Amino acid sequence: MSFVPSRRRLLKAALVPSAATVVPLRFVPSAAAESVAAPGQFPFFTAVEFTFVEAAVARLIPNDELGPGAKEAGVATFIDRQLAGPYGRAATWYMRGPWRDGTKEQGYQLRLTPAQLYRTAIADVDAWCSNQKQRPFAEQDAAAQDTLLHGLESGDVKLARAPAKDFFQMLLQNTVEGFLADPLYGGNRGFAGWKLIGFPGPRYNYVAEIQQYGKRYKMPTVGLLGRDGSRTRES
Amino acid sequence: MATKLPPVDVVLVGFGWTASILGQELTDAGLQVLALERGSFRDTVPDFATTQIQDELRYAVRNELFEEPERETLTFRNSADQTALPMRHLGSFKPAAGAGGAGVHWNGQNWRFLPTDFMMRSHTEQRYGKRFIPEDMTIQDWGVTYDELEPFYDRFEYLCGISGQAGNLNGAIHDGGNPFEGPRKRAFPLPPLARSYGTVLFDKAAKEAGYKPFPCPAANTSKPYKNIYGVQMGECTYCGFCEWFGCGNYSKSSPQTTVFPVLLEKDNFELRTHMSVTKVLLDSSGKRATGVIYVDPQGREFEQPADLVILTAFAQHNVHLLLLSGIGKPYDPTSGQGVVGRNYAYQITSSVDVFLNEIVNPFMGAGALGQAIDEFNGDNFDHGPQKFVGGGYIALWTTGGRPILQHHLPKDAPKWGSGWKKAMADNYLRTVSIATHGSVMSYRDAYLDLDPTYRDEYGNPLLRLTFDFHDNEHRMSDFLTDKAAGIAKAMKARDIHVKQRKGHYTIVPYQTTHNTGGAIMGTDPRTSVVNRYLQSWDVPNLFVVGSCAFPQNAGYNPTGTVGALAYWAANAIRTQYLKKQGPLVSA
Repeated sequence: MSFVPSRRRLLKAALVPSAATVVPLRFVPSAAAESVAAPGQFPFFTAVEFTFVEAAVARLIPNDELGPGAKEAGVATFIDRQLAGPYGRAATWYMRGPWRDGTKEQGYQLRLTPAQLYRTAIADVDAWCSNQKQRPFAEQDAAAQDTLLHGLESGDVKLARAPAKDFFQMLLQNTVEGFLADPLYGGNRGFAGWKLIGFPGPRYNYVAEIQQYGKRYKMPTVGLLGRDGSRTRES
Repeated sequence: MATKLPPVDVVLVGFGWTASILGQELTDAGLQVLALERGSFRDTVPDFATTQIQDELRYAVRNELFEEPERETLTFRNSADQTALPMRHLGSFKPAAGAGGAGVHWNGQNWRFLPTDFMMRSHTEQRYGKRFIPEDMTIQDWGVTYDELEPFYDRFEYLCGISGQAGNLNGAIHDGGNPFEGPRKRAFPLPPLARSYGTVLFDKAAKEAGYKPFPCPAANTSKPYKNIYGVQMGECTYCGFCEWFGCGNYSKSSPQTTVFPVLLEKDNFELRTHMSVTKVLLDSSGKRATGVIYVDPQGREFEQPADLVILTAFAQHNVHLLLLSGIGKPYDPTSGQGVVGRNYAYQITSSVDVFLNEIVNPFMGAGALGQAIDEFNGDNFDHGPQKFVGGGYIALWTTGGRPILQHHLPKDAPKWGSGWKKAMADNYLRTVSIATHGSVMSYRDAYLDLDPTYRDEYGNPLLRLTFDFHDNEHRMSDFLTDKAAGIAKAMKARDIHVKQRKGHYTIVPYQTTHNTGGAIMGTDPRTSVVNRYLQSWDVPNLFVVGSCAFPQNAGYNPTGTVGALAYWAANAIRTQYLKKQGPLVSA
């Protein structure tokens, strides 16, 4: 039998912590972005990328009369941390070739990890914006940002390298995740998402309440790290 | 070169529900049993502790308890004229990796199949005539009857401590239970769970529509329970974190909460985790298994000799291993000849979201806390006018209200922006969803084989799945969905959202992990891989246990039947095979 262990399993076998197995993530050179990135400021994003994501998530879930939006809830920080971790590098995904376009029923067939898709697409979108509007996405007004986001969602806006619809779907999915995940991951700060909808958090016992039909549950919101919704766990 | 290890009596490949049952029963018979599990060891403490397990992102979204496609996946296409491509991350179904298997992360929806489900072809032909079954539909009888399986269904239910209301006790129909179920010899071990508001509203509407709703049988314990092996379980607290999570409260039935405390203490049982079995070895005759090859995390190969080999992995992994080992004739869809990989099936689901004026607190729930009707399952109704085969239950489950994946929005709600936010605020506390859970028949063009291109980390070909929904299933599912919408309207909803299952089967959104077939049981070696005792026709000291044995899929969740088949096979091994080793059925 020919046995070809994967790189990941060999590294596991050698007891190297998985965090040390990260392939270089900044595979797409972005001269403009790199020049303003402060090393160590964000685990994955450059400062320019972070600014972009913060501006985008502020449109996807805006701050309005119903309460804080994704920006205030720390969703950009959430996405940054997710992309720096196993999700960002598609650690559990099957990422072997050959690579082909599939039918939509066959699902994700991009060669890019989530981190790589963000890096490529953000640079593409900002390049598109600079071409069309002479200023990057984050510096445009809300109406122009919404128009562009709708264009990405529908695929009407064509980017130089990244598939716009795939990027938009991933960004929207991750934004909702960050808004509604436990605050320990950096988003849903102050339980902004959970308080909006009325989810009390991971409470353990509803034996006394489950048959109180139609009654609003009154206990305070709680997260895995307690009632202080600003506590996060360092990744 | 593989290192040859000392022999054991029995080797189990995979360590989920079926392996735990067979391990327990065969060690009781005095055999030395070894279980090989590709994933990690996991137990209630510390892995499912309530201080960490109620984490939707980590477990339900990032899939921490499931198999990693990086290590094991399959390729997929809708039809043989397409090129199959790898399932690169989990989607449509979520098999487990690790001790306890999917028994850790299931909801606990525990059903028996109907007596007629086991006689799918003969019963359908008898009632509706031979021509009622489409030519390309390859449904079969199971080779085992409901009456034969009843004691083993019972044993699994008393292992788990199922909460429920009997509808048919020895042929007498009882109000409040499922009047369509096959006769059971005794009541459920535990009474039904406390009703959530959503299930109360469904119950009322269904009764007004003339149906007979009943509480769904639940592997969530409504009371403290001591099971058949003396293992103690606690009372469910309705925390709403069952499916995709382990239970930190000892109140969801799993191998950990029902078998491990006894089995893992036995001197004649051993579990080795992080060991991937890559092949079943045969002797020179090809008719006797001599053991298995497995690979450890360092990439070292071991040969584990055993007198009896039992495949107890997830359905499609059992089939994959048979194909990689050259056991049984692979199925050829062109000629219709061959058996391994034949009759893959799935289930077809749909839902109707119901938007109410009242608060229903969706976050209070349990994985199998539901109210159902069974009027349209199996052959509980006249299929003649409908012109389709199969059926399913319609249920309102209140499994929990985890915010990322369990929020429902009206059809016209925006996908983002302030409109999305408002829709979330208006609807989260006031929404329930009615599910339909429909059968899928087996077809000539739905099968599993080895992929010609894509390979796993050991260099072996991936399994290839060729599958699509057929017209029969779409018609059946639309019929169920219409009935569900009728109940939803009777719930005095301010809005409903009917979500039919349209178009081709897709590997992308989660639907169900009820994958079946590929190593089916039957009475004829030309159309089945294993006999009625789940014993290989070709290699009599090899048994293949799991939903891969289903000749087609029924309209119920499969675990109850998988558990019953595991006890059925264990009983056959103990009472027949050990006395006279060899084929239990002559071909």
